[in-house]
Amino acid sequence: MSAHWLPLLILLVPLAGALLAVANRRSAPYLSLLAALITLILAISAAWWVERHGILRGSAGFFSLDALGALYLLPVSFVYFTSSLYAIGYLWARRQEQGPDAAPPRYREYFPLMNVFALVILAVPLVSNLALMWISIELTTVFSAFLVAYEDRAEALEAAWKYVALTSMGAMIALLGVLILYYATHSLGQPATWNGLLRAAPQIPGPILLLAFVLWLVGFGAKTGLVPMHTWLPDAHSQAPASVCAVLSGVETSAALYMLLRLYPVLASNPGIHDPAAWYMTAGLITVGSAAFMLLQVHDFKRMFAYSTIEHMGIILTACGIGAAVHEVGTVYQLFAHGFTKSLCFFAAGLAGVVFGTQEIAQVRGLISRAPAVGWALIIGTLAIAGAPPFALFLSEFEILYTGYASGQYLATGLLTAFIVLAFIALAYQASRIAFGAPATDAPQARLPIPRSSMAAIALAIIPVFVFGFFLPPALGHLVHQAAALLEVHR
Amino acid sequence: MVAVSSTALALDGSVAGLFVVFGLGVMVSRQMLASLYFFMWQSVALTASALVLADALDAINLLWVAIITFVTKVIAVPLVLRWAAGQAIYGRREVDQALSIPASVLVAAVLALVGWFAVAPTLPFLHTAPFAHLNLPTGLIMVLWGAFTVALRRESVAQLMGLLIMENGAFFGSIAIVHNLAVIAEIAAAVDVPIVALVIGLLIRNIRRVTGSTRVGALDRLHER
Repeated sequence: MSAHWLPLLILLVPLAGALLAVANRRSAPYLSLLAALITLILAISAAWWVERHGILRGSAGFFSLDALGALYLLPVSFVYFTSSLYAIGYLWARRQEQGPDAAPPRYREYFPLMNVFALVILAVPLVSNLALMWISIELTTVFSAFLVAYEDRAEALEAAWKYVALTSMGAMIALLGVLILYYATHSLGQPATWNGLLRAAPQIPGPILLLAFVLWLVGFGAKTGLVPMHTWLPDAHSQAPASVCAVLSGVETSAALYMLLRLYPVLASNPGIHDPAAWYMTAGLITVGSAAFMLLQVHDFKRMFAYSTIEHMGIILTACGIGAAVHEVGTVYQLFAHGFTKSLCFFAAGLAGVVFGTQEIAQVRGLISRAPAVGWALIIGTLAIAGAPPFALFLSEFEILYTGYASGQYLATGLLTAFIVLAFIALAYQASRIAFGAPATDAPQARLPIPRSSMAAIALAIIPVFVFGFFLPPALGHLVHQAAALLEVHR
Repeated sequence: MVAVSSTALALDGSVAGLFVVFGLGVMVSRQMLASLYFFMWQSVALTASALVLADALDAINLLWVAIITFVTKVIAVPLVLRWAAGQAIYGRREVDQALSIPASVLVAAVLALVGWFAVAPTLPFLHTAPFAHLNLPTGLIMVLWGAFTVALRRESVAQLMGLLIMENGAFFGSIAIVHNLAVIAEIAAAVDVPIVALVIGLLIRNIRRVTGSTRVGALDRLHER
C-alpha cells in the first residue's frame, strides 16, 4: 500500500472506533483500544516514512505531514492509546466510589467521544490547509466538552462551561487571524499551507502579518493556557476524568501551541516584523512565572498538574524565542516529551484519587504505604515533569537553558531558570507530602482495588518518559533535528 | 484595486452599519429574547453583505456563504436554543450582567476604537480587497464586542450569543478578503457553527437540568482558596 494513504487512514481508524463504540456498548472500550493501537502503529509508520523521505503528502492534496507534524503525531497517538487502556478500569473504579449499587460507567458516551476527540487532535498536524487546521482545533473543544463534564456534577458542568466559553472565544479571535493569513498567502499566489505561508512570508506586508500574529497569540493562546487566558485549565483538569486530563494536558493544549510555534519562522522571515523572538519570550516567561508561583499555593493535586501544564506551555514558547536564531532541538523535544510525561502524571493522580476518594493535598498522606505502585508512579511522574534527571524533560530543559546561556541571552534564560527551579521545588514539595509520611488517622480509607488496565497504562507510559531520557533511537533523533530545523531562521 | 461600483460599496456600508447596531443590541439588551432577535437580524445583515459582495466580486463561493449563514444562524441556531433552553429564552427572562448598560456602551466605544486602530495600519495594503476597508474593521470590532459580551453576561444563553456574534464578526471581516476560500474549508466552517451551537446548547440543557437554571454566573465553586 502506498504511504500516501497513511494520513487518511490515521483519521479513519479513530472514526471507525467511534462508530463501532456507539453501536456496541459492551465492547466499546475494547474496540476503542484496538482503534487506538492501530492508530499508534500507523502514526509510527508515518513518522518513519517522513524521517526517511521528507514531507508525506496525502491523497487529494488535503493532507501533508512534515517532520514537526510527525514528531507531534507520536505523543498524540501514544497518549490516545494509553488513555483508552487506562479508562477501562478507571471509569469503573470511579463509579464504584459512589457505592456498590452505582450504575455502570457510560462507556457508550465516553469512548465514541474520546475517539472523535483524538481524531480531531490527530488532524491538526495532518491537514495541509490553515482553515482546516483551525476547524480541527475548534472541534477539539466541541468534542471534549462532554468528556470534561462526564461526571455530570455542578462542578464538572461549571468547569466544562468555562472551558467551552474561554477556548471558543479564543477560537473566534484566531479565526480572523487565520483568514487574514489566508488572504495574505493567496494574494501572493501561494496556497494557504505552512510551506505556502513560508514562501509568501518575506513579501507579506508587516502590519498584516503583525495583526494576524496578535490574533493568533490571543486566540490560540487561550487554548494553550497562556496567562492570563489560562483560567479554564485548572478547573477543567480538576473535574475531568484523569484519562481525559491526560489527553487534554498532554497533547490537546499543545495542538494550539503547535500552531503558534509554526508561525514563528513566518514572522522571522518577514523584514517588517521587529524581533518576533521577544514576543514569544515575553508571553512564555509571563506564563512560566505565573504558573510557578501558582504551583506553590495549589490545594488539589490534579490542579497542580494543570498548573504544571501551563508552566510547560510557557517553557516551550520561551524556548522557541531563545532558540530561534541558534537551534530549536530543545523546543521540539520539550513539546514531544511533555505529552508522554504529563499523561503519566495524570494517570497516577487519577488512581491516587481513587485510593483516597479525594484530590485535596491536605487530606492525602502516605500514598506509597497505602498503594506503593501508584505512589511511586506519582513520584516518578512528578520528578519527570519537574525536569529531574534521568527523564526525557531533563534533556530538553537542559538543552534549552544551555542554548540560552551559550547564545548570550542571559536575562531571558536566567528568568526561565529561576522559574523552572521554583516550579521544581513546588512540585517536589507537594508530591512528597502526598506520597510519603504516615497516612492521617482521619484520612479516608482505601476502598477499592487498583484497576489492572489503569496500572498497565501507567507501566506503558513510564517507558518513553524514562527511556527517552538517555536513549533516542537514531531515526527518532534524526526526526527531532529535522523538526527543529523547520523552526529555525538564521538571518 | 479591483474596481467595484459605488452602489455596491454604499450598499455594503449600509449593511455594515446595521450589522454594528444589531451587535450593540445583542450586547446591551436586557432580555434574552431580544438578544436572540438581535443576533438573528445581525445574521441577516451578514447574509446581505455576503450577497452584495458575491454580486460585486462575481464570487460564487460567497453565495454559498450567504445561504449557509442564513440556514444555520437565522433558522438552525434559534431552533437549537429553543430546544436547549426554551423557558429561559421565551419566558421574558432578564439577563444579569456585570456592568450597567451605560458603562457597557462606553466600553463598547473604547473597544471600537481599539478595533479600528488595530486594523488601520493594514488597510493601505489591502488593495486587492475593495470591501475590506469597511468589513475588516467592522468584523474585528464585532469580535471584540462578542468577547466583551461573554465576559459581561452571567447567563449561558447570553454568553452563547456573545460567541456567535464573535463568529459573525470573523465572517463579516473575512468575506471581504477571502472570497476565494477553498469550498471544502467553507463547508467545514459552516458545519462547525451548528455543531458548536448544538454542543453548547446541550451543555446549557445539562446545566439547567443539574442546577435548575441557565445562570452560569451562579456557578462559582471552582477557584483557588
